[in-house]
Amino acid sequence: MSDIRKELKYLPSHEWARVEEDGTVTVGISDHAQDSLGDVVYVETPEVGSNVAAGEEAGVVESVKAASDIYSPVTGEVIAVNEALEDSPEQVNESPYDDGWFFKVKPTDLSELDDALDADGYQNAIEAED
Amino acid sequence: MGHKTALYDLHKAAGGKLVDFGGWDMPINYGSQIEEHHQVRRAAGLFDVSHMTVVDVTGADARAYLRKLLANDVARLDDKPGKALYSGMLNTSGGVIDDLIVYNLDGWYRVVVNCATRDKDLKWMNEHASEFDVSVTERPELAMIAVQGPEAIDKVQAAASNAQAEAISNLKVFCGVECEGWFIARTGYTGEDGLEIMLSGDAACQLWQTLVKAGVAPCGLGARDTLRLEAGMNLYGHEMDETTSPLVANMGWTIALEDDQRDFIGRAPLEDIKANGGPDTKLVGLVMRERGVLRAGQAVSVVGNDASGMITSGSFSPTLGFSIALARVPGTIGDTAEVNLRNKTVNVEVVKPSFVRHGEALV
Repeated sequence: MSDIRKELKYLPSHEWARVEEDGTVTVGISDHAQDSLGDVVYVETPEVGSNVAAGEEAGVVESVKAASDIYSPVTGEVIAVNEALEDSPEQVNESPYDDGWFFKVKPTDLSELDDALDADGYQNAIEAED
Repeated sequence: MGHKTALYDLHKAAGGKLVDFGGWDMPINYGSQIEEHHQVRRAAGLFDVSHMTVVDVTGADARAYLRKLLANDVARLDDKPGKALYSGMLNTSGGVIDDLIVYNLDGWYRVVVNCATRDKDLKWMNEHASEFDVSVTERPELAMIAVQGPEAIDKVQAAASNAQAEAISNLKVFCGVECEGWFIARTGYTGEDGLEIMLSGDAACQLWQTLVKAGVAPCGLGARDTLRLEAGMNLYGHEMDETTSPLVANMGWTIALEDDQRDFIGRAPLEDIKANGGPDTKLVGLVMRERGVLRAGQAVSVVGNDASGMITSGSFSPTLGFSIALARVPGTIGDTAEVNLRNKTVNVEVVKPSFVRHGEALV
């Protein structure tokens, strides 16, 4: 059974978004996603200062098994990336919602997340996949 | 729901992630496939390979039949009871129906073929058996456990009876021996020393649990694949298939042409290729030291050559820390090539297709 955090928003493509207290949005991939991918060996994050758009490709995660695009849940400027993943990509497997985050965005319009799934909606999306 | 091996419940209980593999529910990993891979290179790992198909060939014509059926020559095993041989089983156009291991068991032979090819293999073997005085008998009741790694043999000996431990001490590489209900072979698919043991389902469950208690790590098919890739070993359906000649799959050494009276199936087309200057493609290894992962199906191009090649198997190498691949490429390839990797072209080194043996990097 995979861990789905109540406080997060999700995309059907398995990214999660967390709105931080300062209004920025942290992005990663779900526990279900890391489990399906298997051991992560490389993560390609967007560059700090670049712009990402909601629903568009913002990076790549490669596991032993497969490569998978990462889509941004929100539009905005990338203000931080998780540099620790360069040396320790296994953090994505070990701690997908905490140490395994990918990048942080300063969003232009937080209401974009209204279209994302809540925990129950994401749970249903996973079950429909299986 | 697929077929279940005798060890299925143990896999479930150990948290194995089960996937369909050739119609069988098999563990892909029990957590981290990279950790499992390292366990085999550094200590010992345990694989359920009961999905493999075991076929016994008996009868007065067993030798003659296999000399017709296989591209390698079981005559190479004469007077060497227990000795094993790797061979392709070819179709009449010289493509590979399957690759297999055959053991000489002094009067009869045991053949181990792939599970995904079981049906067509048995059909082919039975069709050709009709011309000979042989029986071709599948042994689905046998489970098979592979124990691989530098500590594998010690661990199995500690779990075995005295007689079995003694038999293992005397067992040479690429040989098998029957002892007290176990058929023990010093073979594997990882590039490490180790054993493959065929035994009853109950005995397999018992041995599995004993070995796990002794610290041998259960490993899934994920680690099995990265281990065999590092060792440069072929996987049926990737490096060769019915449209691929063994001559372009690094299997030239398994084509036994020394006895020109031996008319094995697929011989004529192979001799034609050889008579016409040999094949124009070959199987090589690729090494990419930058970030990214080579994957099967990616195109390989050679600067100054219009012909291109293709990656047949690619992955991240846990031992080396970068990506490696096997690729079928134009025979004229040099020391480097280019691979089209997800929207970018990267340079890769071309090497002999063997990357890691006995824990040591070869590239």
